[in-house]
Amino acid sequence: MTTVTIDKAGPSRKTKIGSMSRDRKWALRWSYVFLTLFAVFFLFPPIYMFITSLKTSAEISAATNPWWVYNPTLSNYIELLTSNQFLTFFKNSALVSIFVVAITMLISIPAAFALARMRFWGSTTLATGVFLTYLIPDTLLFIPLFKMFATFAQWTGIELINHWWVLIFVYPTLTVPFCTWIMIGYFASIPKELDEAAIVDGASWMQTLLRIFVPVALPGIIAATIFAFTVSWAQFLYPLAFTSSVDQQVLPSGIITTLIKGDVFNWGQIMTGALLGAAPPLIIYAFLMDYYISGLTAGATKG
Amino acid sequence: MVDAAQSMIQPVKARTTRSGLRKFFERKSTIAFFMALPLMLLIAIMVIYPAFYSLHLATLNKSMQRFVGFGNFTFLFKRETFWMVVQQSCFFAITAVIFKALIGFVVAHLVHNLPDKGQRKWRGMLLVPWVIPPAMSTLAWLWLFDPSYSAFNWILAQVGIGPIPWTGDASWARFSVILVNIWAGAPFFLIMYLAALKSVPEQLYEAAAIDGANWWQRIWYITLPMMRNIIAITTLFSLIVTFANFDIVRILTAGGPLDKTHLFATWAFRIGIEGNDIPLGASISLFMVPILAIAAIFILRDINKRGNEA
Repeated sequence: MTTVTIDKAGPSRKTKIGSMSRDRKWALRWSYVFLTLFAVFFLFPPIYMFITSLKTSAEISAATNPWWVYNPTLSNYIELLTSNQFLTFFKNSALVSIFVVAITMLISIPAAFALARMRFWGSTTLATGVFLTYLIPDTLLFIPLFKMFATFAQWTGIELINHWWVLIFVYPTLTVPFCTWIMIGYFASIPKELDEAAIVDGASWMQTLLRIFVPVALPGIIAATIFAFTVSWAQFLYPLAFTSSVDQQVLPSGIITTLIKGDVFNWGQIMTGALLGAAPPLIIYAFLMDYYISGLTAGATKG
Repeated sequence: MVDAAQSMIQPVKARTTRSGLRKFFERKSTIAFFMALPLMLLIAIMVIYPAFYSLHLATLNKSMQRFVGFGNFTFLFKRETFWMVVQQSCFFAITAVIFKALIGFVVAHLVHNLPDKGQRKWRGMLLVPWVIPPAMSTLAWLWLFDPSYSAFNWILAQVGIGPIPWTGDASWARFSVILVNIWAGAPFFLIMYLAALKSVPEQLYEAAAIDGANWWQRIWYITLPMMRNIIAITTLFSLIVTFANFDIVRILTAGGPLDKTHLFATWAFRIGIEGNDIPLGASISLFMVPILAIAAIFILRDINKRGNEA
């Protein structure tokens, strides 16, 4: 199938018989050359993170080749993984992400089912509304939310600002619209006969959802789960705006506010922290790449 | 007599209302409504209310005691920094999106050209920037751009080019934030375009090849028209995200040098949260709305159109 499309060297192929396959081979070779260049461009920052994470402060400030490690050491990793502060960030991040994923799924799966299968007054408007909310960025909402939380504390005495768990309430605004949207797409692609048969057999709507839709749409649910996890793990603006004390930070904001102390940049540790912070999504990605990609493409192509 | 009749009617009536209520709860649309209720509450309380609340906030003075109408906006219009931010936001978003789209298009074709077996591996590698949380990867770039230990400058020094002030000089800093944004965002285009390329029927290319079309004609007359929809949607999506970007600029330059790289989001954060002027911060972030709205309208139109076709 790729045969005809590639053939970049089209015009020159009139010379000899059999040159077409040679041209194709050359086109493939050039593809590899350019792909390698792009791969280098895309991969060198994480690789450089890793290189730096293996260096001591002395080696980092030495005038040697920065792209090579002369005395590799794991001291940065040991230091961070035994520091209470860093482990607190990790714990907060993990807790927030797990709760957000659970809340997101509990809200978006029933809602997507209702919107995809059970029409009610205003359901089409709501589906469009869900999509529009997905387009509202966090950078538009953080200031009013900040003020809302402050007012809430004045009224009820419950302080929301500067507690890690406030993020559990905030992150679903980022994850739920997208997850609902892609779940609507997945549910809509399930044949109608399937749920009609279930309803005829006397299943309730809840049973139809749990026994038929959830198992059939499982790939979509996994993709949505991964998306919700990645978004809540990576979110930076909300924790930066809503949490400030060290024990309430999550990883992205914690690394940036605590490891960068004034003008003293301990780059070995910063890079180690950043790499460890990037590890969970990278590991999930390594194992579940196809779900990752299907979630990414479903958002814009389905519906 | 009347009492007796009443007492006879009462239970019947109660039963009918109760069963009416039960029927109401068993109705499909009612169940559906309750299933979607958490979603509606979340959107209403955490998205729609704050969005309108920020409109209200933008009309207050700094201590939020007094209504000033459009005072904050007229104040912004008179400030040079504001116009700089407008300019920089548009320049940043448009340049970054164009380059992301171009790189994504080229790399998607390169990957598509490979034999099917090797595609997965390459796709996996090229998507890595998109997977790493942007805050983390921007830290790596910050370190690559470090004024005294920049690894780029080390390489440039080997070939005799003087140190470049990646984040110290206004023009270079603008270049740097765009570069990092392209790096982080191009994989999104790559994966969308790759999916679109796979959906173009192979027969079209075969027919074109028989007619003697060269590779440029094939791209111009087959690939681009077939991918038009995906290209439009991806570009609009990315335009929204890039325009509202915060992480990269915040970490890389924090808006500096001299506010030259501020976007709406980072400037609103600086004024609203760090500078404690919530109304002014809210007014700044509201300037993102027109562009977001235009992009949203186009996306929605496109999606509805496709919905009708299907």
